[in-house]
Parts: sequence; C-alpha cells; structure tokens
Amino acid sequence: MLSKKQARTFFLGGTVVTFLIFIGLTIFSFSKEQDQSNYENITEEVVRGKKIWEANNCMGCHTILGEGAYYAPELTKVIDRRGKGYIKAVLTTPVPWAPNGRKMVAYGFSDEEAEDLIAFFDWIDDIDLNGFDTVVSPIAKEKMND
Amino acid sequence: MKYKSQKVAYWFFALSMLLLVLQLVYGFIMGFARIGMDGLHDFIPFNTARAVHTNLLVVWLLSGFMGAAYYIIPEEAQRELVNVKLAYVQLISLALVGVAAIVGYHFNWWEGRKFLEIPRQLDFLVVANVLLFLGLILATLFKGKRRTTTALVLSMGLFFAALLYIPGMLPFDSQVTDSFFRWWVVHLWVEGVWELIMGGILSFLLIKLTGVDREVIEKWLYVIVGLTFLSGVLGTGHHYYYIGVNKIWLIVGGIFSALEPLAFLAMALFAVNMYRKGEKKHPNKLALFWTLGAAIVSFVGAGLLGFAHTLPQTNLYTHGTLVTAMHGHLAFWGAYAMIVLAIISYSLPNMTGRKLYLSARGRAAFWLSNIGMIGMTVAFGVAGVVQVYLERKFKMEFMEVQNEISIHFVVLLICASVLTFGIALYIVDFIKHGRPTDEALELKT
Repeated sequence: MLSKKQARTFFLGGTVVTFLIFIGLTIFSFSKEQDQSNYENITEEVVRGKKIWEANNCMGCHTILGEGAYYAPELTKVIDRRGKGYIKAVLTTPVPWAPNGRKMVAYGFSDEEAEDLIAFFDWIDDIDLNGFDTVVSPIAKEKMND
Repeated sequence: MKYKSQKVAYWFFALSMLLLVLQLVYGFIMGFARIGMDGLHDFIPFNTARAVHTNLLVVWLLSGFMGAAYYIIPEEAQRELVNVKLAYVQLISLALVGVAAIVGYHFNWWEGRKFLEIPRQLDFLVVANVLLFLGLILATLFKGKRRTTTALVLSMGLFFAALLYIPGMLPFDSQVTDSFFRWWVVHLWVEGVWELIMGGILSFLLIKLTGVDREVIEKWLYVIVGLTFLSGVLGTGHHYYYIGVNKIWLIVGGIFSALEPLAFLAMALFAVNMYRKGEKKHPNKLALFWTLGAAIVSFVGAGLLGFAHTLPQTNLYTHGTLVTAMHGHLAFWGAYAMIVLAIISYSLPNMTGRKLYLSARGRAAFWLSNIGMIGMTVAFGVAGVVQVYLERKFKMEFMEVQNEISIHFVVLLICASVLTFGIALYIVDFIKHGRPTDEALELKT
C-alpha cells in the first residue's frame, strides 16, 4: 500500500516535472520561428490601440481571440465582417450604438483613437489562430476556400 | 476554538459575506441587462458590472481563504497567531483595496484584462497586503509546536497563489503574449494552487468532522494535490488552443486537461470515503453537508463540465461562448464558494459558542443555494449550446442569436433568485451566531 512518503514524492516530483515541461513549452512557443502573431507587425498604433482597448475594458462585453464577456460580438476578424467605415462610426459616435436594442457605451473616441483601435483589430485579424479564425468569420472561411 | 487569536477569522468571514451579497447584486444587474432591462446602463454598464461581479468573487473567496488560514493555522501549529493586531491591519487594508478597486471600476479606472482588472497602482497594494498575510501565517507555522501536512499544503497554496500574481503584472505589447501570461495567473490559480488551499481546508474539515486518522487523510491529500498539478499545470494548454500560439498546445492541453477531472473525482471519492470510514459523529452536520457538497459539486462543475468543452475539437466551437459561463459558475461554486461556506459553517459555532447547526434554516440555505446554482448552470448551458449552433454553425448574426436565447436568461434570473434566497438564509444564520467570544475557548470542538 502507498505510504505517505511515497504520496509526497508523487506530489513533489509530478509538480516539478510538469512545471519544467510547461516552462520549456512556453519558451518554445515564443521562439521567433514559432511566431503565429506577426509580432514584427506590431506598430506604435497597434500598441496604442491595445492600450485604449484595455483602458476601457472592452473585454468586459466583447470577446477577442475568443476571450471576454460574451455580451457583445467577437471582434476577431471584425474588419473582415464589417469594414473599417462601420467600425469607425461605432467608435466615434456620441450616442450609444444599440444594434437590436443592446447598448454599447458611447465612447466618442477621437479620429486618431479610432484609427489606433482599427490598427489593433487589423493586427489581430492576421494572427494564425489554428482554425478559430474560420469559425468566427464566415468571410475568412470563404476567402480561404477561394 | 482553542486559541484566542483564531477569532480574527470571524471578521474575514464577515467581509466575505458582505462582498458575496454585492456580487449577487451585480450578477442580477447583468442578468437583467441580458433580457433588455438595462436601465442602469448609464451608471453601471455591462463591462463595469462584469468586472465588479468577477472581482468581488475573487476577493470574497480570498478573504474566506485568509479567514480559513487564520482559523486553521493556529490550531494546526498549536500556538497563538504571532501578531493579532497586524492581522486586523491586513483585514482592513484588504477591504480598503477591494473597495477602491470596485469604486474605480465605476469611473473607468481599470486595466481591461479579464479577471485581472485591478489597476496597476492597486496591484502593488495587493502584493503588500498578501505579503503581510503570508508573513503572519508562515511565522506562526514555523514558530509552532508542530508542522502538519494539512498546514503545509494550505500554506503552500497561499504562497504560490501570491507568487503567481506576478506574471499578471508584466506589461506586454502583444495581445497574444498578454493573454498567454494572464492565464498563468488565472488558470494556475483556479486549477492549480487554489486547489491546494481547497485541499488543505478540506483535509482539516475531514479530520475534525469524521475523526479518521490524520495520517490517512493527509496521505490522500498528497495524492490529490499531486494529481491536480500533474494534470493542471500542462492543462493550462486548453487556454492556448486558439489565441495565436503553436499547435503543440492542442495536443498537450487536450491530453492533460482531459486528465483534470481525475483530480476532482479523487477529491470527491476521498471525501465520501473518509465520511463513511469515520467513526466520530460530529454534531455539526451542516458543516459536513457543505464539506461533502464542495467535494462532489466541484467534481461535477469543475471536472465534468470542464471536460465537456475542453477537447480542442469541441472547444473550437465553444471558445468564447456562454458555454464557458456555464462551466465557470458551477466550478467556482462547487470548488471554492462551497469550501469557504463549509469552513465558516464549521468554525462559526466554535468561535461564538452558539451551536445553531441543527436549525432548519441552515439546511434550507444549503439546498436552496445549490438547487439555484444548478438551475443557473443548466440555463447557461442551454443558452450556450444554442448560441454555438446558431452563431458558429448556422452563421447567424451575434445579436439575432442573443435575442433568440434571451428567454434562457429569464430562467437564469429565476434560478438566481432561488440561490439568493439560500444565501440570504445562510447570512441570517451567520448574523444569529453573534460575535466571537473568548468564552468559546472552553468549548470542545
């Protein structure tokens, strides 16, 4: 029968081994050759866009890369689906945008801020998401089939 | 209660109860917004309510864990807490940081990263607070007469929970990297080190309630936390399937997260078996209900419902839908909310000297809150599955789908009312126990 000491060895050993593998895989994932995010395309606009995204907790309603709050649409591939003009209108309008009755906060962003956010979405759109991109955007799927 | 300083725990539990009530209020605000009743939108938009709801959850659970540690560690280490005044300082600062964060969320002061919305400036205060807490607990433990496995596992869980807060504070330019390391905090907390805390509390309660030999309980505790880490650490991969990192995570995450239910199954079997083996019939049946309930419901909520959408082939469609909310609610309820309610139910009569554990109110609180939460889980699940099919398979517009599923949120609100009624009864019981008193020291526990 298993002794307490063996049980402790199982716990400590298992933890150390799996954690080391985890760190190894993390380093592997972020090596240059494995990059799927087009890291070199992150411009100053994209970084500013990400900051605006965070400062206003957009993830508190929307999802991006499938992560967020499920109250408002997924924004991965949103430029494919809606086009830049539509997005800019939503971001800059002084009255709450409310398609089908569900209200968005009227942020009334400046032109420049809206451009930064669009640059951020643009960068997100090109990430290789292991197939999830085709699920969230029918248009992306059609494009791939062409 | 054996040591005077254990009374500190009472105030941490009281803070927990207060924050739990607020969490329910913000949950209702979101539920009503989802059925179109969003009259509060101008003051509390959905993203504010959401951040408040999840952060209150984290803070009330942490406050509960800290209370549990202040109650358990002196008893395990067989000495008074090293410094009671500092423990109260820690309590008050925890409450102040929590309140500042929650108020800030109403004024667009946050860092919009799911679950880690606390602004950077407050992050440092959180760290200082947790360090003070850990200092008090570890000093008590190491100056104590004995160091039990239960106390060590509990302290390890608390220590690593603090350590793992750091990756969440690193700044990244890339959303992908940001998200990757955000899960180092969130996943490794809830599917890793928090389970050590849960295991520690569970083991303490089982030793007290069943009378089974400590050596036996603690041996299995090692096996369970061993299984937790073996599956949970690499199981983090299930968050990395579709966020823009290498496909290797589909394999690693898929295999190891499929093993995650085993840890919860082991925990449930362990608790039930210890209860069966136990010869001691502790009169506090209510604490036993919550303890066994936590072990069983966490297996269903965290283990089974987690598994339901953890395979890459399924997750491709369910990622970013209400299916996640289904799993999230029952998992947090079973694993963490119920274990905190269990330790409160156990320790409250010991600290106050009032044995109210035979009341019908306490049992009603247990059953109503559980039935309410299971109903909510079903409502989220149905809404989520319908959303997956309509939006992801039939490519319907997001808001068209939302209108189709809004009826499930009416069901959700009804079930949430049942849960709230149960919690209200629990809190009435809490208040009726009165304040902790030194006279309770002589009580046999």
